[in-house]
Amino acid sequence: MIWAAIVVTAAGCYAVKLLGLSVPAAVLERPLVRRLAALVPIAALAALIALQTFADGRTLVVDARAAGLAAAAVALLLRAPFLVIVAVAVVVTAAVRALTG
Amino acid sequence: MTRTSVQAGLPPKPRAAVVRDALGVGTAVGLSGFAFGVTSAGAGMSVAQTCVLSLFVFTGASQFALVGALGTGGNPLAAAAGALLLGVRNAFYGLRLSQLLGLPAAVRPFAAQWVIDETSAVALAQPDRRLARLGFTVTGASLYAGWNITTFLGALGASALGDPAAWGLDVAGPAVFLALLLPMLRGRSTAASDAAGTDAAVPGGVADQRPIATTGPAGTGTSGGTARSTVGSTVGGTPGGTPGGTARSTAFPWQEAAVAALAVVLALACVPFVPAGVPVLVAVLAAPAVLAVSRLRARHSSRRSPRHSSRRSPRHSSRRSPRLSAGHSAGHSAGHSAGHSAGHSAGHSAPRSARRSPRGERR
Repeated sequence: MIWAAIVVTAAGCYAVKLLGLSVPAAVLERPLVRRLAALVPIAALAALIALQTFADGRTLVVDARAAGLAAAAVALLLRAPFLVIVAVAVVVTAAVRALTG
Repeated sequence: MTRTSVQAGLPPKPRAAVVRDALGVGTAVGLSGFAFGVTSAGAGMSVAQTCVLSLFVFTGASQFALVGALGTGGNPLAAAAGALLLGVRNAFYGLRLSQLLGLPAAVRPFAAQWVIDETSAVALAQPDRRLARLGFTVTGASLYAGWNITTFLGALGASALGDPAAWGLDVAGPAVFLALLLPMLRGRSTAASDAAGTDAAVPGGVADQRPIATTGPAGTGTSGGTARSTVGSTVGGTPGGTPGGTARSTAFPWQEAAVAALAVVLALACVPFVPAGVPVLVAVLAAPAVLAVSRLRARHSSRRSPRHSSRRSPRHSSRRSPRLSAGHSAGHSAGHSAGHSAGHSAGHSAPRSARRSPRGERR
């Protein structure tokens, strides 16, 4: 089933790219469509952050991941490079787990 | 089109500069495929699955979203749907690029896979079709190669580490998303409510474009210029109907913040009640919801105080002035990365001159 998800995602993402290259401009140029296209990824990203940080199966928890994410936020605000942001999050999460675990 | 005026009276941009910028963006972002490889393997994907994702999905945010959802035991189709939602913006890049690159129908299926944030940013920043094609191709090729090689290495490395959770690797995904989301919430995306512009706000293409481009070597080259071009075209107004579109679709940064907040609440609220993977899909409804509310509000307030009323309404004026809002957010974007504002430079005359100067100023 993981392969199914991979195939669907690959096919879908490719189709979306090709669609943009192929459809007449008027279809996607409407302001409402563009606005939605801008806001949908924001909603998806925000939800993913929250879920992958606070969800554990079907329960909500605050654990080492929250600390890691907070550290990433600080790194981000300090304009750290992308890989540093990720590394900080990972290291802090691992450290908190090691200390509390 | 306005392309002719773009070209008028300016020295030709050297191909070498385009290639250098494109290679810089391509390698810098390509390197961060490492983060994806590690995350994917950490989420339980095999090395083969991880590599297939980078080869065939090739749009970073979607890849991170998919492995994140699958890693937490989410329904595979719901996970795929969530990933697809993040990939939608590529259609808007394609829209811009198809006009700019003028690709023959036979070439489009091959070019399509490279239609992502970074290639769009580089291509749209070029002054003419020839250089845009060059920028698109060089960025696409270097990024595709780099992203896939580093994905493979990251997956191998992570597999060797054993239990990914012990190393905190499960938080890499959210950290990536945060790096993608924050610039959008600052309203940078709103400066260019233009198609490509707005969506590049989600640098997810290959997830990391924004942070990398902000700090990376080539990123700074294109970024300052395109950011400024946004200022020029948004504030100054441009031919080609953008001003109207801009005004109508002008984003107020509060919309971004409201969408994000509502999405978080929706997602977390339904965690106990629906299978994993579904909360993201529910949360996405925050986007149309906020849009609907703001439309209602706009309609409501415009009925009360007509737009061109000579009587000033101080309570509403700041909120309702699209020009002000556009200018404000354009200011925000100055100095930041290429992605979102590049869209503007495609069709407008202001960008080019603005674009050239930062090249000189660059350290």
